[in-house]
Amino acid sequence: MDIQVIKRYGKIAGLLGYALFVAFSFWKGYEPGMDMGKSLGYFTVEMLKILPPAFVLIGLFEVWVKRETVERHFGSQAGLRGHIGGILLAGTTVGGLYVAFPVAYSLYRKGADLGVIFTYIGASAICRVPMTIFEASFLGLKFSIIRLSVSIPLVILTSSALGRYLTKMNYRFEHGG
Amino acid sequence: MGLRWTKQGLGGYKLIYLYAVVALALACSFFADRAKTYKALKITSKKFCKILPAFAGMLVLVSMVLTLVPNELVVRYLGRSNMPTGTLVASFFGSITLMPGFIAYPLCGILLQKGVSYTVISAFTTTLMMVGFVTFPIEKKYFGTKVTIVRNLLSFFIALVVAVMTGIFFGEIFPWIFK
Repeated sequence: MDIQVIKRYGKIAGLLGYALFVAFSFWKGYEPGMDMGKSLGYFTVEMLKILPPAFVLIGLFEVWVKRETVERHFGSQAGLRGHIGGILLAGTTVGGLYVAFPVAYSLYRKGADLGVIFTYIGASAICRVPMTIFEASFLGLKFSIIRLSVSIPLVILTSSALGRYLTKMNYRFEHGG
Repeated sequence: MGLRWTKQGLGGYKLIYLYAVVALALACSFFADRAKTYKALKITSKKFCKILPAFAGMLVLVSMVLTLVPNELVVRYLGRSNMPTGTLVASFFGSITLMPGFIAYPLCGILLQKGVSYTVISAFTTTLMMVGFVTFPIEKKYFGTKVTIVRNLLSFFIALVVAVMTGIFFGEIFPWIFK
């Protein structure tokens, strides 16, 4: 049998086992299993609140924004300006990494530089504006400033290194979506 | 978790703006070009359906991790270790778990009051944000396994550097530098 087919059936079996375990826990009142079901429900609802509007924006981006525009601002010619653009875009990203990945992929398909893509992903983890304000209010402004001023240069450096390496290797992302 | 009260405040506030922006963008697009807007929505649903299985995988992982590593356990471990061990433990917990900001930061505020160092807290929050064990199924689907592993490893090291620098600036590591 094909390895892909085995993988697929393995996944389905795993998912089925998981669902049975949670259902059985609720039936028998098994505490950890019930907690698992509850946090699954909680995070599913949270994602379903954020993902549809985020994907609508991605759809609009795909039809309205021209390839040249993306190339000019986020392409390999943009240099450091592209990375800064990626960070600014990341500041407005909602949710977290799981929203940043599809956005980054769309940018990549429209001709953004690989390094800029990774900067965007990293920055959307660490520089989302509402999150940073929230952080500063609990841990102090000094903490947030240190964190941002150390991590942003490191993110830009590692991202452009990784991007350059992958570009040299002619790496292609084949999700097709 | 005992910290759910902040949920209404922050989560609700952000989402209202998101929905307002999306509604406005959709309306503008619709008046500008109907055909294009329909095409956009078609792309939306296609992309959404395509990545949905990966999201299901992520949700299953999240629920498992949160059950095996509940927040109380994280608090207990971070609260009692010394700094080098604490930093490593914190970055491990931060890497594998997923916590929305409105739960994580109040939690860290409490840890801080309990006397946990800024270094440890920095290691925890930075890995929490940058390293995604539970988001692995999604990231892999878009960028491939190898790139995903490399990006997460790089992020882990960035988080360690950030933690050490935080410790230095707060006078917890090499206290003579800022004396």
